[in-house]
Amino acid sequence: MSAAQSSNVSAAESRKGSLTAWIDARFPMTRMFKEHASEYYAPKNFNFWYYFGSLALVVLVIQIVTGIFLTMNYKPSAEDAFASVEYIMRDVDWGWLIRYMHSTGASAFFIVVYLHMFRGLMYGSYKNPRELIWIFGMLIYLCLMAEAFFGYLLPWGNMSYWGAQVIVSLFGAIPFGIGEVLVDWIRGDYYISDITLNRFFALHVIALPLALVFLVIAHILALHEVGSNNPDGVEIKKLKGPDGRPVDGIPFHPYYTVKDLVGFIVFAALFASVVFFAPEMGGYFLEHANFDPADPLLTPEHIAPVWYFTPYYAILRAVPNKLLGVVLMGAAVLIFFFLPWLDRAKVKSIRYRGWIFKTFLFAFATSFIALGYLGLQPATEGYTLAARVFTVVYFAFFLLMPWYSKIDKTKPVPDRVTYHAH
Amino acid sequence: MSAEAEEIEGGRRHFLLVATTVTGLAGAALTAVPFLASWRPSARAQALGAPVEVPIGKVEPGSMIKVEWRGQAIFILRRTPEMLATLEDPALTGQLRDPDSKQSEQPEYAQNTARAARPEFLVVVGVCTHLGCAPIGRFQPRDAELGADWRGGFYCPCHGSKFDLAGRVFKDVPAPTNLRVPPYRFLNESTLLVGSDTEVA
Repeated sequence: MSAAQSSNVSAAESRKGSLTAWIDARFPMTRMFKEHASEYYAPKNFNFWYYFGSLALVVLVIQIVTGIFLTMNYKPSAEDAFASVEYIMRDVDWGWLIRYMHSTGASAFFIVVYLHMFRGLMYGSYKNPRELIWIFGMLIYLCLMAEAFFGYLLPWGNMSYWGAQVIVSLFGAIPFGIGEVLVDWIRGDYYISDITLNRFFALHVIALPLALVFLVIAHILALHEVGSNNPDGVEIKKLKGPDGRPVDGIPFHPYYTVKDLVGFIVFAALFASVVFFAPEMGGYFLEHANFDPADPLLTPEHIAPVWYFTPYYAILRAVPNKLLGVVLMGAAVLIFFFLPWLDRAKVKSIRYRGWIFKTFLFAFATSFIALGYLGLQPATEGYTLAARVFTVVYFAFFLLMPWYSKIDKTKPVPDRVTYHAH
Repeated sequence: MSAEAEEIEGGRRHFLLVATTVTGLAGAALTAVPFLASWRPSARAQALGAPVEVPIGKVEPGSMIKVEWRGQAIFILRRTPEMLATLEDPALTGQLRDPDSKQSEQPEYAQNTARAARPEFLVVVGVCTHLGCAPIGRFQPRDAELGADWRGGFYCPCHGSKFDLAGRVFKDVPAPTNLRVPPYRFLNESTLLVGSDTEVA
């Protein structure tokens, strides 16, 4: 270590007078780059599933940049909002591209984040010592949901309007007269109005992006403090070479920056295909009812939130009691926070877990997708019954976890990482 | 400094630390008040939520008009005697969750079977008590979609909640309570005032 340090010093001296040295004397640029990139040792067995963290960061940048440019032409008032979006689409040079990137980016964000979260479930990335990474991640997810919800009102289409109406009135389910006061307080009016639109705009472009960026930094700092998990769930810090570096670790830069660049190129190709050829994605990314301006007196034939909220929406609708439905929907999101303490298994990765966990995880993933589908469908009797069944499966995954993760037969975990699944 | 003096000093410091922390926190909490209160409906929003006058003289029996009050649709249904007769039918009231409007929101003068000050006119807020969608009037009995025993009423297309011709909610639907009745009064035979039921307002 001291040898490495003295070589750093001599290296710095040899560059004396260089810009880097000048900056490093005033700001820890090189030190931070080393700590978080060139000397951050990540397990060498990362697989496909490890693309989605860096891709989430890419999408965050896309959303921030396109968002900034959209605000230059968008007008957050009930009078002008819908027309200003049309103006961006028709009259602003390349406005259509910037807006489609932003709307596609919203869905891409959730695709990438859901896959990133599923990776965490598979490889036990939420388990000790990474509980805080998981909690920061869940807070990011909550912020992202709020961000998507507030942003969805801004085009002031009829689905924007009624979606906001439905979600805001969820708070009206709170008893003892608190709910109604709270709903008026959120809207700032007796209905979703210009006032509501204006404050949702403020939250969407300032408050939540700030919170998101802050949480993303906290998420990464916490990750770099404890080190990355991997598909084997092996702690690489336990086995260090004579140089003090984990033997199964490789520097994040250049190894994973290059790997993630490949992932980015593939992602960019897919993203561009959607932006250019299917920006509405058949009504799933941009809902058809939103091509009509907001009309407080006319509900769209069929109100469904955008696809990324539909699993929770299906849970809400599955319960015949309003308050209980809202509570269960909230619980479905918040229960993720407790995952690190619900899981009692000694191993992290699915590779060394028994069939019980694998079955439960498969059932959970299936129910999440099925609920997502059901949330898009009209609430007929058959669909509602199906949604009730999948809601039970969804919660069983979490609530029974302390039991099944303990009795599940696990395989011995190797000391070193491997390159193949079992 | 003697040990005793140090102890006194420590106690003093502790007191000052606690006192300034508490004062600081109280100040921060009080500073939050104007920001949180700025989210309440503003004076202008309250003024725009004033009552509206509705001419009802030309509404045909059996038909409904919609007016806007506070951005919500207000349904005004002029009911025929046949329509009113269905409301007493035990076969119908047996299917309702709250037939006597005990759990529902309405002014005192509308807490009756017809849920109205004058049985002929039903005045309800056209917002589903489930999640705020707009129910649709389906006044024809035996509606093709709603079944042979449908006697007419309101149907919410969002989540399938059903209400009878007095806006009373059926059992086994997601909406918890009957459609809300806003405050209203008749100014004269052909004018209805929605949003206020007192002379002053």
